Amino acid sequence: MAMTLSEQILSHAAGRLVRAGEVVTVDVDLVMMHDSLAPSIIRVLHEELGAERVWDPAKVAVVIDHVAPAASVQTAEKQADLRRWARAQGITQLFDVGRGISHPVLVEEGLARPGMVIVGSDSHSTAYGCVGAFGTGMGTTDIALAAATGRTWLRVPETVLVRAQGSFRPGVSAKDLALRAARVLRADGATYAAVEWHGVEQLSVMERMTLATLSIEVGAKAGLVPPGGYRAQGTGHREGIAPAGWLDDVPEWLGVQAGAEYAQVVEIDLDRLEPQVSAPHTVDNVTDLAAIGRVAVDVVYLGTCTNGHHEDMVAAARVLRGRRLAPGLRMLVVPASARALQLAVEDGTLATLLAAGATIGTPGCGACIGRHMGVLAPGEVCLFTGNRNFRGRMGSPEAQIYLASPEVAAATAITGYITHPQEVL
Amino acid sequence: MARVWIFGQDINTDQIVPGRYAPYMLKQEDDLRKYPFVEHRPDFAGGVRPGDLLVAGNNFGCGSSREYAPLALRMVGVGAIVAPLFARIFFRNALNLGIPCFTADLTGQLRDGQAVELSLEHGSLLTDDGRTIQLPPPPAFLREVWAAGGIVPFYRANGRFPGEGV
Repeated sequence: MAMTLSEQILSHAAGRLVRAGEVVTVDVDLVMMHDSLAPSIIRVLHEELGAERVWDPAKVAVVIDHVAPAASVQTAEKQADLRRWARAQGITQLFDVGRGISHPVLVEEGLARPGMVIVGSDSHSTAYGCVGAFGTGMGTTDIALAAATGRTWLRVPETVLVRAQGSFRPGVSAKDLALRAARVLRADGATYAAVEWHGVEQLSVMERMTLATLSIEVGAKAGLVPPGGYRAQGTGHREGIAPAGWLDDVPEWLGVQAGAEYAQVVEIDLDRLEPQVSAPHTVDNVTDLAAIGRVAVDVVYLGTCTNGHHEDMVAAARVLRGRRLAPGLRMLVVPASARALQLAVEDGTLATLLAAGATIGTPGCGACIGRHMGVLAPGEVCLFTGNRNFRGRMGSPEAQIYLASPEVAAATAITGYITHPQEVL
Repeated sequence: MARVWIFGQDINTDQIVPGRYAPYMLKQEDDLRKYPFVEHRPDFAGGVRPGDLLVAGNNFGCGSSREYAPLALRMVGVGAIVAPLFARIFFRNALNLGIPCFTADLTGQLRDGQAVELSLEHGSLLTDDGRTIQLPPPPAFLREVWAAGGIVPFYRANGRFPGEGV
């Protein structure tokens, strides 16, 4: 019987055939923890579970991205403790301040691969679906258990299929597809389920990450894009994602099977898709940009694991080339990874963004969690390329956050109000 | 008797504990008990009593994986949470911490501040106006974890995960 990608991966990990609805225990291929939750994960691991060591240091990745660089003595001290702990545990895969956000970093490093089961202490761990891995976010205790045992338990999810047809119009991109899906499915539409994104072979690995990360915003346990096809598109390898070649190394047992059962199918016609905007204060509060009216913006923020990739900076630079930011507006660019920043330096993208008046932050999570590097004041309006516009997410609960694509972000930076990219091109 | 606290739908973990109040950001982690719903409902942390009941709308706990959101609720002694649907990560975190979550829609049946008595054993609520509300029984593997007091004591006692090898 045909299986979904989640059923295939979890069957492989469980060592037997499993179907949606079953509760299974599976081996995990990779455990990711970041600086924000690592201190409590380590405490649960040692003090509550009584484990002295992680089960396999080669399969644990530690990333300092949530408050990077440290913003206070407390966070600096906890990061110092974390470095010492990783060394003592023999964990060599520690990605320190400035390397970037865990999700793109683990893909760039070749640690997240097609067919893997990856658990991370971050809800956007659905990101690993961009390479066809079953990535899922968990809390402190679940991650500590996985780090101690190399296993986790979960219910095999049903799958919601989002099927795109056609091709993106100018100024429209993966973010618009993902927000459109959130508009249809709503914030709880895929709770306990996985999302599969079909019809997106034209997207690069990091553009696929935009879809995979936003899968959690409709409640999903995982968000998978069928792996492969990057070489044909000239993406992936071009970006120097290491080690070269592995992206096309898709296990023979993994792929879309005709006749797989989907709990729901959402069809989206890319030929007719307009730029989408998610208005405060829920991600599923989505409308066509054209219907949003004139919304003046104080800050444009380009970054995050959803849309802080090299492709996103390139898309923004294409709009901003030879232009200047609107008077009184500020634009922060926080690359998702050091690699993305390096590429933007090499191809002149960064120079274009700086010439327009944007400024740059250390690769990492930045202000997405409202802790540092661009926290919002009461009454401020932010056009954000990230993934959450919850009240208080980026600072003051009296701030307003609108989510949109990098193309819309750049157009908005020029005019000072939420703007269709075609209006300024 | 316990008090009912009514919440709306799509309550996200940033509303339960904003990221700026994470233990990572605090001088003393125990200070977390001061911050559940610090911005969304400022009277909550000071007014909640051990055993009190949260009754919420759809999709409670959506958003981030931060276990300190349910941990903050446990620190102030929240007795149980009732909602028609829980976001997945929150549900797991609450289960792991031993906070009972019941899947039911009671927002129209109870009022904020109402006094109730919860019987975990019978899965029922007795209200101050004399009604008994039966809560849907959770699956056996969830009850096992509750009975153990959370996933860590469960795993240490049984050497296995819920539902495994049974």
